[in-house]
Amino acid sequence: MVEMPVIDRDKCDGCGLCVGVCQCKVLVLVDNVVNIIGKEKCSSCNHWCSQCEDVCPTGAIRWPLEIVIE
Amino acid sequence: MAVPVEFLQSIPHFSGLSPAEFDSIKELIFEKTLQRGELVLIEGGPAEVLYFVASGAVKVFKSSAEGKEQILRIVRPGESINDVSIFDGGPNLTSAQAMGSVVLYGIRRGELEVILRDHPQVALNVNKVLAGKVRILASLVEDLSFRPVIGRVAKILLEHARDGDGPLPRLTQQEMAAMAGTVREVVGRSLKALEDEGAIRLERHRIVITDQEALKDMVDAYS
Repeated sequence: MVEMPVIDRDKCDGCGLCVGVCQCKVLVLVDNVVNIIGKEKCSSCNHWCSQCEDVCPTGAIRWPLEIVIE
Repeated sequence: MAVPVEFLQSIPHFSGLSPAEFDSIKELIFEKTLQRGELVLIEGGPAEVLYFVASGAVKVFKSSAEGKEQILRIVRPGESINDVSIFDGGPNLTSAQAMGSVVLYGIRRGELEVILRDHPQVALNVNKVLAGKVRILASLVEDLSFRPVIGRVAKILLEHARDGDGPLPRLTQQEMAAMAGTVREVVGRSLKALEDEGAIRLERHRIVITDQEALKDMVDAYS
């Protein structure tokens, strides 16, 4: 399973908006690029909010979803 | 703390002003800091302040009678909140909430009127800002009234779903929005509506189609 969210380091401009909105505190800026720490904690907010993707102005942080039929 | 002139210079409302004009305007602007979840505006409340986001992100939304939240847009640094209600004199059109730590700069309605009178360039700029918002809203109206998005989202889900082995396609809501010719917020709303209808289930890594026939009905109903 792909770890979420997916980060494109080349697109990240280091604005930090995703870090500010992450309720699970799993995003940090390192050398002005967003990184994930403690992926297992992501979604500890219990609703996999994907707000990081919502606020990213450059499309560097994505939350791609599989589409499956039950 | 006084608003930095460099920040004001980046705001479309104040474009083209002289250094002296910036100096006089900045005296009328105050700073406000909010933490995650705190409300900037309450829908229906009195519109008293025009805000500019200096740092962080703010969610602008409306609430339905059933308490459902519909996100209209996410406001990022350099963008404004509450222009329409401030200038038409009506109540706040929307609510707005801090998505994390947020710093805002605000101008009270009365002070704004002084600025508009004393600095005609600001009035011209505001015309442009408001016209831009009308253009965005017109596009949203077109989406909501002429091109029912929910049917197109249902079609995208059916076209990209896999029920066997093999690599699964993965789509972000932004990509679905581009395919459906709409914006991410409308896709998010459509997915929630499809979940409420029992056609899909939203999970952390995936969208599970629980009722293919219901999805097909959505496609037929809106095509």
